Amino acid sequence: MGWIPTADAERFEMLDAIGAPDLDTLFEPIPESVRLKSWEVPPGQSEMAVRDLMARIAGRNTAGYVSFLGGGYYDHFIPAAVDALASRSEFYTAYTPYQPECSQGTLQAIYEYQSAVCRLTGMDCANASLYDGGTAVFEAATMSIRITGRRRLVCHPSLGPLYRAMLKTHTANLEVEIADGDAPDSETACVIVQNPAFLGGVADYSVLARECHACGALLVVSFNPVSLGILKTPGEMGADIAVAEGQSLGLPLGFGGPYLGVMAVRKAHVRKMPGRIAGATRDARGRRGFVLTLQAREQHIRREKAMSNICSNEALCALRALIYLCLAGKEGLRDVAAQCHAKAEYLKGKFMVPGSHVTVLNAEPTFNEFAVRLESDASDVADRMLGRGFVAGLPLAPLGAGESGDLLMAVTEKRTRKELDDFAAALEKESHGTRV
Amino acid sequence: MISRPRWRRNRMELVFDRSRPGRRGMLLDPLDVPLSSLPDGLCRREPAALPELSELDVVRHFTRLSQRNVGVDSTFYPLGSCTMKYNPKMAEAVAGLSGFAGLHPHLSSVPVYEPCCQGALALIYDTERLLAEIAGMRAVSLQPMAGAHGELAGVLLIAAYHRDKGNGKDTILIPDSAHGTNPASAAIAGFKVQSVPSGPDGTIHLDRFIESLDERVAGVMLTCPNTHGLFEPEVSAIADRAHEVDALMYYDGANLNAIIGKCRPGDLGFDVMHFNLHKTFGTPHGMGGPGSGPVGVNDRLLPFLPTPRVVLKNDIFTFETPEKTIGKMAPFFGNFLIAVRAYAYIRCLGGEGLKAVSEHAVLNANYIWARLRDAYQSAFDGRFMHECVFTASPQAERGVHAIDIAKGLIDRGFHPPTIYFPLTVKESLMIEPTETESKEAMDAFCDAMLEIADLVLRDPDSLHAAPVTTPVGRLDEVKAARELDCACI
Repeated sequence: MGWIPTADAERFEMLDAIGAPDLDTLFEPIPESVRLKSWEVPPGQSEMAVRDLMARIAGRNTAGYVSFLGGGYYDHFIPAAVDALASRSEFYTAYTPYQPECSQGTLQAIYEYQSAVCRLTGMDCANASLYDGGTAVFEAATMSIRITGRRRLVCHPSLGPLYRAMLKTHTANLEVEIADGDAPDSETACVIVQNPAFLGGVADYSVLARECHACGALLVVSFNPVSLGILKTPGEMGADIAVAEGQSLGLPLGFGGPYLGVMAVRKAHVRKMPGRIAGATRDARGRRGFVLTLQAREQHIRREKAMSNICSNEALCALRALIYLCLAGKEGLRDVAAQCHAKAEYLKGKFMVPGSHVTVLNAEPTFNEFAVRLESDASDVADRMLGRGFVAGLPLAPLGAGESGDLLMAVTEKRTRKELDDFAAALEKESHGTRV
Repeated sequence: MISRPRWRRNRMELVFDRSRPGRRGMLLDPLDVPLSSLPDGLCRREPAALPELSELDVVRHFTRLSQRNVGVDSTFYPLGSCTMKYNPKMAEAVAGLSGFAGLHPHLSSVPVYEPCCQGALALIYDTERLLAEIAGMRAVSLQPMAGAHGELAGVLLIAAYHRDKGNGKDTILIPDSAHGTNPASAAIAGFKVQSVPSGPDGTIHLDRFIESLDERVAGVMLTCPNTHGLFEPEVSAIADRAHEVDALMYYDGANLNAIIGKCRPGDLGFDVMHFNLHKTFGTPHGMGGPGSGPVGVNDRLLPFLPTPRVVLKNDIFTFETPEKTIGKMAPFFGNFLIAVRAYAYIRCLGGEGLKAVSEHAVLNANYIWARLRDAYQSAFDGRFMHECVFTASPQAERGVHAIDIAKGLIDRGFHPPTIYFPLTVKESLMIEPTETESKEAMDAFCDAMLEIADLVLRDPDSLHAAPVTTPVGRLDEVKAARELDCACI
């Protein structure tokens, strides 16, 4: 049955060796009074039937739209080699590399991932991954509290609503104060900014970094990894902790996960960083190898005094990100970023003409995403745009991030000029509510 | 005899060392709109120093790295407490369906797009219902993204419950045999942690437990069977006593594989729990993740669940915010593509198949225990469930420690069991075969263990050099920590 290989004869042989007459005997430690009598779990099915069922469920999700949905999660091109290599079962059926000699593949990949993240961000040290961009913001916040001994977290206006909500949930019992603002004071543990901002704006936070350091606070920058193909890095700005949602580096959108929490820090803070870290070392014969290091920070050693409770992380997603970054390479990542930016600017330009019914809200520069105000309710317009084959973007009012006509639109390298032209024309028509 | 992994042992360069200027591994279509640039002050000074490689360079590098690794597909991997069962390929195929993998999560953020993701919402709804039924819980949320994240969700729920009732409770009781994540999660939820000692038989005794229990106690986190592989005989009585002081019972689902279809945490008296989909429900461990740690609750905690909940109204799936929600554990619905795999796994096995899982997981662990009990000292006298724990203390007296036994196993082609955990057992060897291993795979492993036990008597020193077959020998961990080199920049 299922994936159990044991034949009847073997089962009897094994029971014999154990000295148990039957399988039930093995469950004697469970008191009779609490044994399961019945449950409503449907009967099993063949692989063929289940694959058919799953295809039908997947088919009830509508794909095939030309999409401008972003909001922190982006539809980038993923080369086939990412899937092919990450699907090697020596990687995906292994677990945490507790035994380094038979896990050098995992450990070297983590070391290379950490290196790639440092090269991307201009930071000194990265960990092996956290769950996602939101939990990475939370871990950066608690790390700031550990380093500064202060308990005020300042959320910059650029920080998006999902990250704010997750930060609030995760810190609910930690006696921290979460404040909105754009400047630190002497009580501040850290200021958390997002670049590009949730609403798309790009800024240089170098001055804010200096202000933070002048009053003993840290600057946490949540970045978009693809944007660092061209944008100023957290390291160049003077950030102390850089975090990101790593989805855009070769991970499918997957309706919310698994994703990748990226974290990189200045060297001075590495021993306060949560999560696993791979480090290089040597064996007795002088051969280079890799191990999990600084484990005294972690829960399996420190228990309630650990830097974090994280155990399982997103190592396979980190491997995908590394493979993506290696395929794209130095020039390729710049190309992807430049194309996203150019195509978004092209679309934005369509609305920056006299008489447009779509008003661009960002006065500041943007990268691949910008907000607009439509002349009627954005959800109504989005509904009509579905009828034209477009997912027009993210209406902001339902998220509490804008007014009724506000819509956030993202553009990736996958969109063509023709799609942008058709989309802009359709949105102009639908913006003011005339049905056509 | 099972085949042993063939190691690729030649020197491995770093991927950065393979870089050759001008090589490209990915090309885009030429830009079909005008190039646009941002102000210099907003741009990085130099491109990121990523390697420049052809696609084949990248493929060779990572293929070779994979050959320096073992997984469940390569060899027997009896890592105790981790449930390293076979990960069915069918689950990978269904998770790759474009209707799942390509689906944008913000389609769930605004009502206008809900018709576009009805299939995904149906799957979330059904998976949550099935998990609840399997564990005897009232409801489940898929949001937590790993086991420890599920624990955190669980203790946050306990905290919210007591805050709502105005209970001034500040302590969580946790047995000394628990995973380190339990106390670490409780600390993040703002609780003090009090450790409850296990008795000499490896289980919690009711009288010792009651000594620790008072009005301050907000909750009790138990793993059952515990990390000694033993079912806690007093679990229901512990739950009753805890409930008398309004302390809630947390079930750590790490060892659910031992009891699935035999008894349910909800029926044992637990109020809240997490599942490890990557342990019990066959989803891959991915070198350390992604896992998935759904949280389940009974009626008491239902109003506090993470938001949003997927609900069915007039045959359409939509969302609700629980009345007293703790908020968002995840941006959306947790590791959705892991839930897709687990759902397919459950639908393949069905109720009877899931019962067979626990039966054979327990059968296999007891078989290994029976074959090794003369050569290795059993850590406890009781009946083991899905994993068996030995102590290598007698071997250690002859100079061969648990770590030496582990390294000897690597040379014999096996992934070692968990060693030095649980912390309550000296020189611990914790062996969890899972239900998917064949008798001959376990026999080969036991033969290797017996050969090593024999070597301890005849030539203990030979084990100190192990492993000698792998790409590298034992690595200097002190050097790694002291001369920290965690990135090649």
